Amino acid sequence: MRTMDVAITGIGVMAPGGLGCDAFWDRIVSGGAATRRVSLFDPTGFRCQVAAEIDFDPAAHGLTPQDWRRMDRAAQFAVVAMDEAVADSGLDLAGMDPGRVAVTVGNAVGCTTGLEEEYRVLSNDGRQWAVDHTFAVPQLYDYLVPSSIATEVAWRSGAEGPTSVVSSGCTSGIDALGYAAGLLAEGSANVVLAGSADAPISPITMACFDAIKATSTYNDDPSGACRPFDRDRRGLVLGEGAAMFVLENADDAQRRGAHVYAHILGYATRANGFHMTGLRADGREMAEAITVALNQAKLDPKDIDYVNAHGSGTKQNDRHETAAVKTSLGSRAFEIPMSSIKSMIGHSLGAIGSIEVAACALAIEHDVVPPTANLHERDPECDLDYVPLTAREQKISTALSVGSGFGGFQSAIVMAAPDKAAA
Amino acid sequence: MSESRERQSTDGGRARAVFTGIGVVAPNGKGTEDWWAATLAGKSGIDTVRSFDARSYPSQLAGEIKGFDPGKRLSARIVVETSRMSHFALAATRMALDDATVDLSQIPEYELGVITANASGGAEFGQRELQKLWRGGPKDVSPYMSIAWFYAATTGQISIGHGMRGPCGVMVSEQAGGLDALGQARRVVRDGTRLVVTGGSDSSLSPAGFVSQLPTANLTTVNDPARAYLPFDTDASGFVPGEGGAILVLENADTARERGVDRPYGELAGYAATFDPRPGSGRPPTLTRCARAALADARMRPEDIDVVFADGHGTAEKDRQESRTLAELFGPRAVPVTVPKTTTGRLYAGAGALDTAGALLALRDQVVPPTIHVKNPVAAYELDLVIDQPRETVLRTAMVIARGHGGFNAVAIVRLAD
Repeated sequence: MRTMDVAITGIGVMAPGGLGCDAFWDRIVSGGAATRRVSLFDPTGFRCQVAAEIDFDPAAHGLTPQDWRRMDRAAQFAVVAMDEAVADSGLDLAGMDPGRVAVTVGNAVGCTTGLEEEYRVLSNDGRQWAVDHTFAVPQLYDYLVPSSIATEVAWRSGAEGPTSVVSSGCTSGIDALGYAAGLLAEGSANVVLAGSADAPISPITMACFDAIKATSTYNDDPSGACRPFDRDRRGLVLGEGAAMFVLENADDAQRRGAHVYAHILGYATRANGFHMTGLRADGREMAEAITVALNQAKLDPKDIDYVNAHGSGTKQNDRHETAAVKTSLGSRAFEIPMSSIKSMIGHSLGAIGSIEVAACALAIEHDVVPPTANLHERDPECDLDYVPLTAREQKISTALSVGSGFGGFQSAIVMAAPDKAAA
Repeated sequence: MSESRERQSTDGGRARAVFTGIGVVAPNGKGTEDWWAATLAGKSGIDTVRSFDARSYPSQLAGEIKGFDPGKRLSARIVVETSRMSHFALAATRMALDDATVDLSQIPEYELGVITANASGGAEFGQRELQKLWRGGPKDVSPYMSIAWFYAATTGQISIGHGMRGPCGVMVSEQAGGLDALGQARRVVRDGTRLVVTGGSDSSLSPAGFVSQLPTANLTTVNDPARAYLPFDTDASGFVPGEGGAILVLENADTARERGVDRPYGELAGYAATFDPRPGSGRPPTLTRCARAALADARMRPEDIDVVFADGHGTAEKDRQESRTLAELFGPRAVPVTVPKTTTGRLYAGAGALDTAGALLALRDQVVPPTIHVKNPVAAYELDLVIDQPRETVLRTAMVIARGHGGFNAVAIVRLAD
């Protein structure tokens, strides 16, 4: 018997290039990149001037003026995605014991966008170290503490079960789902509204990535800026967004006759204990996470049909991850597709892990592998099948998604189609 | 493995988790025993803010950690790469691992985990770099900003500094986070990790971090350190913010015993979390349910609890809620209740971990540390509040409560290990 069998019964996605689950899926199978010159602020003077942005009208998604004044952009993405997921699940939340509904939101950089805007005012654009408190807005503290994102999701859904933000940097979106699966397995909740959100396209976060030269410098080719596994890749492109899920124990989902996209059967996270941003080329800790997650899922490498890559498009990541997948899946690594949707929707830090799990669930649902955009000439060190440019129709019963992040964290999550999970 | 040992070391088939090391960096004491002695003596670390000029702000007090030289405790490289919240946690980690007398090289690297809590990131580091950006431009921003400011900085640096390659994580639920980290650390132990460095620390005491807290109207504007933070008092006017926290070593009870730990501080016997409904919803707060769930998790009844380390928010509404929970659960004045954070201010993610450290030392020394400065407890709360002086009494179990801004509740129960 498996120790983890969690049904995904609702999906909501806010991603660049198409809002909502259907538009997101259309975007990532199109092979068209949503990366563009930054418009959320003037990027002149920045090393990287490209990002994958969301064109977002909060009112069109049911947020009131007080909602969008109170909430940072990341929280807005989270609640809109949550609304979609709950509606999609067919679950009658209002008819449930709210104490049995939990909330877990992954997030890497909190409410940075709101915090930076307010900091500019308080400090008069950095002129005052002793900032002027008379300019403090009511929601300022909620921008300082990213737990406010989980608060908003819980308030809107009425959840009163265990609620928290899981913030392990760029693996947060996978780790939040692992945490949620733990809550279900131990019986702390019957339903978890789980996923992740981030809105990092602000000057300070762009400057952070400039400073460590991690972001792409293809400023003259915005749609070709993120080129995972390509020999000419120059780094990641920041994105933003959210994905939220309705998660239930598989038995409960079956009992209520819910549509199940996929089952989460295994999850593990390991740390490289090496460097906050550096990766050793052998990828051994990510390989370990993959192996542990597969063992938990009681699946062999030969059972895996698709790998959703971290595929950030940095020199070191793509090499590191290729090695990790080869170490953990052996010869199977060469037989199956492995693609990076970051090539199209960017790297939304804490959000992307859940967005990529949504991609896997939809790939299982539709039996289509989304491609890696902008991959024209493979790096000789990256010698797997990265599904360049064009989506591929193919039976997908199981998928593995991996993430790698600052702090040295490496996470892996394994999903399977309902019939495969029952086998 | 003998049968009796098997019985002792599992809890319904799940591994038991015991605390084997404590490290503290707090406003009233750097180092576990210094802090504990100060706490028992009622020595306060709350004072007028010194690290910046707060005279123009309505609230001017904080529990600052003074005289802490990170360069004396951490490598020069780590000091520049990390913020104050991490300096405290990294120093406390060393203390906790020393206290646990553990040779990490003897434990498989993937069976060593790190789960910490954080509420507000590296605030003073963040403000400095934001100032550079907006005064000078993106080229002035430090390359360390990307790894110092974010909430996972501390966990990452502990993992790297000590070669801990097992499950790592970061819980963010404001003041409840310190206990949520312990709860998650116990899950990780149950899943097969032998040893977890856990706990929490925070420091938001830069001008921008401090001012960001003012709109909540929860900070007291009484600027006399002896009359400022008075939880459960008729003169309760809000709380004082502080910095620091505690790092604890939580281990699988079996493998801890195998490596020679005869007397752990105690067991993490129970834990639960809930979330309060949105204000104005008309639904009741959920703290009572949270405490009952933690008791059920520990397979205990209320009468099994010997002392409560309360959250002690220091605002009338939250104090009333918490006292109602305690009265419902235990009956009027039936269990000693204390708020030692009256000596430090509220430490956000550091608070749950520091109160758990206090609870474990209370069990060790059979003494309840006092709540200081409270002179007139609200009679209607019907609490047996331990005020002014420590109280010696027989203690086997302690309940720790932490409540986070926005609605987060967490309750942990620790007990002396068999």
